[in-house]
Amino acid sequence: MDSVDRAIVNALQQGFPVSERPFRDAGALLGLGEDELIARVRRLLEDRVLTRFGPLYQAERLGGAYALAAMRVPQADFERVAAAVNALPEVAHNYERDHEFNMWFVLATETLDGIARAAGQIERNTGLPVYLMPKREEFFVGLNLAATA
Amino acid sequence: MNAPAPRFAPDSTDRAIVVATQGGLPLVARPYHAIGEQISVSGEEVMARLARMLEAGAIRRIGAVPNHYALGYSANGMSVWDVDDEHVARLGRVVGELPFVTHCYERVRHPPQWPYNLFAMVHARTRDEVEDKVGYIAAILGDAARARAVLYSTRILKKTGLRLTD
Repeated sequence: MDSVDRAIVNALQQGFPVSERPFRDAGALLGLGEDELIARVRRLLEDRVLTRFGPLYQAERLGGAYALAAMRVPQADFERVAAAVNALPEVAHNYERDHEFNMWFVLATETLDGIARAAGQIERNTGLPVYLMPKREEFFVGLNLAATA
Repeated sequence: MNAPAPRFAPDSTDRAIVVATQGGLPLVARPYHAIGEQISVSGEEVMARLARMLEAGAIRRIGAVPNHYALGYSANGMSVWDVDDEHVARLGRVVGELPFVTHCYERVRHPPQWPYNLFAMVHARTRDEVEDKVGYIAAILGDAARARAVLYSTRILKKTGLRLTD
């Protein structure tokens, strides 16, 4: 990653225009040509510096639902359970964490009922309880990490 | 509790746009027109609907999501706190405004296994840096926090966006 890549990562976290030629417009602010910005974004995605590029939808506002869920998975069983959890399309992301509650994932479904259904499916497939931890209140969400040298 | 989030009622064209873009935007000069071609509407229509979804909060933003590990933020500490229900709304707002807290929520607890109701995500480059910041949060919460833990992520097992299907 060079300084241009860092500038791109920082700028494109803030937003990307909705316009006919958005790469040209975003590139102009960065001093980059349209083709170069497209090529660099493609490479940042291929290199996994960026995990996504596009609209970030809020499932709740599309009539869907989101819930954080956690499990306590015995270490010896961890890979099997991870595969079973990840197999559900409702699992949007999944992290291993160093705690007795060692598997943390987000369920994203189109309906509120879908959350309970997906959790029940995971419990049946793994034989382990799923602890649903939906949010009661959101105080702040502003993930914006500076890419620095 | 929150006031209910305003709901955006997507029609079939909105849903087609969501399905076409939830994996990401096409990396071409006219991405919104490319999406339009894919779902048989004009690029202008795609842009107008995306703008409306942004305004309604159905799209949080359009842009890039970095892999925080790749940016060197390898110490991703989820600090969790058992905070007095009476004070959690007020204290959650204060903690949420700290510059190093990237997400902050009150969540449903599961006592006795999981007593924690306030979640504050702290991203930093080292665990020491996370611990310093967690100490700062502890000072803010004071006696209102009865217990705490910091959970570090050790592996991404899956990471995809929202998945809608037709």
